Amino acid sequence: MSELTVTVGPQHPGSGHFALIVKLDGDKIVEVIPDPGYVHRGDEKVSENKNYIQNIPHFERPAILDASNMLFPYVHAVEDLMKLEVPVRGQYIRVIMAELNRIISHLYYFAIYGIFVGHSTMFMWPVADREHFIDLAQMISGQRVGFAFLLPGGVRNDIPEAVKERANEACNYFEKRLIEYERIFMNNPIFEKRAKGMGILSKEDAIKLGVVGPTLRASGIKSDIRKDEPYAVYDKLDFEIPVSKDGDSWARAWIHIEEMRQSMSIIKQALKDIPSGPVKLNLRGQVRPPPGETFTRAESSRGAVSFYLISNGGMTPYRLRMITPSFRNLRAISHITKGLLLADLPPAFWSLDYWPVEADR
Amino acid sequence: MSETPKIKHEPPKREKKIADNITVKLRKDILEIEIKPKRIKVKVKPESIKKAANFFKNKLNIDHVASVSGIDYPNDNEIEIVYHTGTYKHKDLSDLVIALAFRISRETPKTPSLTEIWPSTEFDERETYEMLGVIFEGHPKLEKLFLPEDWDDIPPLRKDFKNPRR
Repeated sequence: MSELTVTVGPQHPGSGHFALIVKLDGDKIVEVIPDPGYVHRGDEKVSENKNYIQNIPHFERPAILDASNMLFPYVHAVEDLMKLEVPVRGQYIRVIMAELNRIISHLYYFAIYGIFVGHSTMFMWPVADREHFIDLAQMISGQRVGFAFLLPGGVRNDIPEAVKERANEACNYFEKRLIEYERIFMNNPIFEKRAKGMGILSKEDAIKLGVVGPTLRASGIKSDIRKDEPYAVYDKLDFEIPVSKDGDSWARAWIHIEEMRQSMSIIKQALKDIPSGPVKLNLRGQVRPPPGETFTRAESSRGAVSFYLISNGGMTPYRLRMITPSFRNLRAISHITKGLLLADLPPAFWSLDYWPVEADR
Repeated sequence: MSETPKIKHEPPKREKKIADNITVKLRKDILEIEIKPKRIKVKVKPESIKKAANFFKNKLNIDHVASVSGIDYPNDNEIEIVYHTGTYKHKDLSDLVIALAFRISRETPKTPSLTEIWPSTEFDERETYEMLGVIFEGHPKLEKLFLPEDWDDIPPLRKDFKNPRR
């Protein structure tokens, strides 16, 4: 039988415009060629024309749901070159915001997963439950989505007193909800049939392709920058890194569920242990790193995000390379979809949590 | 009984040891080596890149590349290419990032592709190709990735490219 080529996309599947060129034999997938670039903004070039403060908001734009995690390596890069020591309270607040963002982003992942497999309850529930965490982030930062909250030298403002109680309420509520998520979605025979044993990425392939985040951990590699190279106060907090050996779509979704549990535990611990003191350094607007270069990493909700900053001492970065987890996980799309039926492409593709805007930058 | 006090800022011994190992084995190929805690940058001659990459993969257990970056230096008439590499297999080195860097001429930017050694470089090399105009010889599919198919201006991450709308 002759091969048929179908272009899937570039429609907006809930995460940005992106196309897959699918080669089919009947309805069996022979090859999937990813076609990114529809939402390329030239962030790296833009950053060369903006100073180090102006660069803050637009670096979180590639993954707006994950704003604080995207900024983490950026502020670390600037602080590393300027040799700044961030106040401990500021570091705790950074971790709280980063973990709130992880839950917000993972819940969006499940909402879109619900759409991708035609499970409308799984779209409604996470979107509604996200509100609790968005409200918390709003209490802290004043914004609902793009917080621009992390600054070189600390965070923008201190957290209100009421956050602790509200966060504990939200976490206690959501811990119970997660059990229901597992019952209605993860252990749902229909979802199991479409995700278990589908889209397998072996441990060897995951290493060879250099994938990151939940995709990597679902393939049996215990790697998380928060543990491998602890930054901020992650070394003072107690949490587990969920790992699965299966490497299939279901395992990748399961990692997201467990990570939300760990994130809630981190938020509770951080709010309990947070010391008093200043939250930022007073830099008097003087954010101008001396000449030099640095490579910093942080674990965002999709995996390791890295910044390679080269400064020549000027007002703007000389060159700034932004390495996002979705761009690295793009390498896995062809691998996990080979041999599937066309109908099983959406659940396998979305299990990677591939965010086109983040990959294109 | 008194314990010996711990030194707070230890010199990066582990990094020094790895860097020394690299320096001994690639003596003729290395131009410069920089050591920082958890980071090593090895600058090699452009013609030695494949040899160095093979050494990294086979002897240092470097199993993946996190990123390929290109930096334009018009004043030196050169483009620097940096491979940031790491390892998942070697648990003790999971916090270490080793950068492999070299410079090539800006007029004829050609270098062998490392996709055969590290398949993880495929998309990154394509991006460096379109953004800086570097030709990676032997790359399986050296085509545009993010830019429009009809892009006919100079590669946009070169310093002489100015955004026409600014």
